[in-house]
Amino acid sequence: MPAKAAFFDVDGTLVKTNVVHVYAYYAMNRGSVLGIAGRTLSTALSVPLFGVMDVVDRKTFNEFFYRYYAGLTEDRLVTIAQDMFEDVLQPALFEQSQDLIDQARRSGCKVVLVTGALDFTMRPLARHLGVDDMIANKMQFVGGKATGKVIPPIIEGANKANAIRAYCVKEGLALDQCHGYSDSSSDYAMLAVVGRPTAVNPDMRLRSIARAYNWPILDLK
Amino acid sequence: MRPFKTLQKLYDEESQVVITEKGSPPRALFYGEGFLQEDLPVGTRVIFPRPPLAGVPNVKAAIRWAINHPEGMEPLHALLKPGMRLTCVIDDISVPLPPMVTPDVRQSILEVVLELAADSGVDDIHLVIANALHRRMTEGEMRRMVGQKIYDEFYPDRYYNHDAEDPDGIVALERTSHGEEVSVNRRVAESDLIIYVNVNFVPMNGGHKSMGTGVSNYASLRHHHNPKTIRASDSYMEPKASALYRSNERIGRNIDKHLKVFHIETSLNNRMFGGPTDFLAKKEEDYTEGDRLKFQAMRYALSKMPRAAARKVLNAIPAPYDVTGVFAGATEPAHQKTLEASWKQYVVPVEGQSDIVIFPIPFISPYSVNSILNPLLVQVMGLGYFFNLNRGVPLVKKGGVLILLHPAYDEFDPEHHPSYIEFFNRLLPETRDSMKLEHKYEKEFAENPSYVHLYRKGNAYHGVHPFYMWYWGENGRQHVGKVIVAGAENNHVPALMGWDRTDTLTEAIEEARGFMGRSATISLLRIAPTVMVDVK
Repeated sequence: MPAKAAFFDVDGTLVKTNVVHVYAYYAMNRGSVLGIAGRTLSTALSVPLFGVMDVVDRKTFNEFFYRYYAGLTEDRLVTIAQDMFEDVLQPALFEQSQDLIDQARRSGCKVVLVTGALDFTMRPLARHLGVDDMIANKMQFVGGKATGKVIPPIIEGANKANAIRAYCVKEGLALDQCHGYSDSSSDYAMLAVVGRPTAVNPDMRLRSIARAYNWPILDLK
Repeated sequence: MRPFKTLQKLYDEESQVVITEKGSPPRALFYGEGFLQEDLPVGTRVIFPRPPLAGVPNVKAAIRWAINHPEGMEPLHALLKPGMRLTCVIDDISVPLPPMVTPDVRQSILEVVLELAADSGVDDIHLVIANALHRRMTEGEMRRMVGQKIYDEFYPDRYYNHDAEDPDGIVALERTSHGEEVSVNRRVAESDLIIYVNVNFVPMNGGHKSMGTGVSNYASLRHHHNPKTIRASDSYMEPKASALYRSNERIGRNIDKHLKVFHIETSLNNRMFGGPTDFLAKKEEDYTEGDRLKFQAMRYALSKMPRAAARKVLNAIPAPYDVTGVFAGATEPAHQKTLEASWKQYVVPVEGQSDIVIFPIPFISPYSVNSILNPLLVQVMGLGYFFNLNRGVPLVKKGGVLILLHPAYDEFDPEHHPSYIEFFNRLLPETRDSMKLEHKYEKEFAENPSYVHLYRKGNAYHGVHPFYMWYWGENGRQHVGKVIVAGAENNHVPALMGWDRTDTLTEAIEEARGFMGRSATISLLRIAPTVMVDVK
């Protein structure tokens, strides 16, 4: 039996939240008390905008909001990531996410998260779920401080598919035996590249794609 | 319309076998969610089900008598001890077909048993549905099966579906002498007493299959649910001719060695239709004018309805079965009595095999209750179950032709049969060879995390189930020379199945005669209700 992996998108697939909430959390927890108040206000005002941008174009959205990390130190970001996991991500985990991951492992899959979020924000979640590996965006740091730029290529859309293909080559996995899980039609490429795609809590477009291609549809609770 | 008197004189009223003559009436035949009315060639042998046997006058009294006079075991009351751990394992919704009118006989048994257990000081009671790798029953179905009172008391903590994929929920017992793995549900394995609540629909149900299959898992089932075992079975309905039965017997005996199982088996008659549809159980020769009108009206209405609506209507008609016997006690002696009752109801002796056999395929199967009879299930009905409704000698000759009546539509239920869709669209175009399918793909489907999830958390059949459905038709496929699906509405489903297709039954018979010769003999099994043949 060739080695295989199960690739899981995170936002909306394993957790109810999405990257907009994660950003909001960071924005509200990054500096002084006065700063927090100001930023909370500006975040509150800009979150709806982010939401719209996210729907329209995930790539532009990612590039736009990662600039807000500029100037933060790496250790600070890691600390906030832990808090954010406990406050935002853990409560938002679907109850059945862990079961699905365990089932993938029992079937002999290596479990890999594939997410457009930044790696340090997802690391506590990855530890909690007990996954084997993670494909995520990486922030550029200069002198221990974030530049606000993400090391290209940005993991989203079609790049997720490329990243998965490259990962399989690197790890010696049979791509056609691998499983992919996502909720969003923006991840169509990622699902199309693996041999065993599954739509999880899919949006309307992905649901119709999944029906058209006879992919299984899971509704996690 | 032919006069009633002319029709009546054409056949012996006592016989279940009618030879079609020039004046014989057209036959009312199941055709998926609809009906066909077809004239058959003169000389066609039509085999009808036996009339329903009389039911026991008082079901609860019969249950009480059986558990007080069990076969090969002490009476149930003597086995119940205060503080003991008791588990009632219950047959799932795959039988009977269609589901019976309420109260279901399983409810009647549980009402008697649970009352006795309570009076004996037994509090630790679980009710486990023996769904094996079948889909989990829905809440509504579970409520209907045991009644509101039991449901309210036990659901959801103490009344639930068996989960064959729960990593902590299965216990492995010692292997059989043939090396077969024996796995059972943990709660069942850790109980002081197990009461198996059975409803026996055909002779392949019950006995060692109840525990050996019902509360087991894939690791254990694959030892007999495989093409090799199926090929070695001459019939699923006759224990002596079934390698499948023998494997279950070895597994079941191991279970009986380690666990205390008290079986309560019930046999039903074949009163499948009641009220407005009762004419369907009659010979067409016996139809009254009213019956003919009802049939025409029903046929017309179903043909004009969208298929989903026709399905809803047909699924909403429960069957008024009567209980013909209740047998309790140790696995083998209790089951022997059930088998006798079952054969008494179903078996019709017939003289010799036929070159061409026609099976009308109805809308329902054990695996499509409240769902869709997809192409793989049409296959399992024809080549799996109907082909095997005999005691070791099939109705059709070796190399003969089977004609199935069904639209063979390309429709699947993504909620109940998700892995069937992949099997049909991805694997069948590559191969129809059961051995190859088993070797190359079975494990992959069985372990696919998405299918495991849908089985455990949704209401989907296990990922491996379509393979079992394909294997089920294996001895039929090996036996017949050709399968024709008459009335298939498309070309690709029959092509993927390896079948020929025709628009009408007449064309199918013509083609079959072309294959078998002009003097080929023809039989029609006028099913449903259930009927089995004893070919002499």
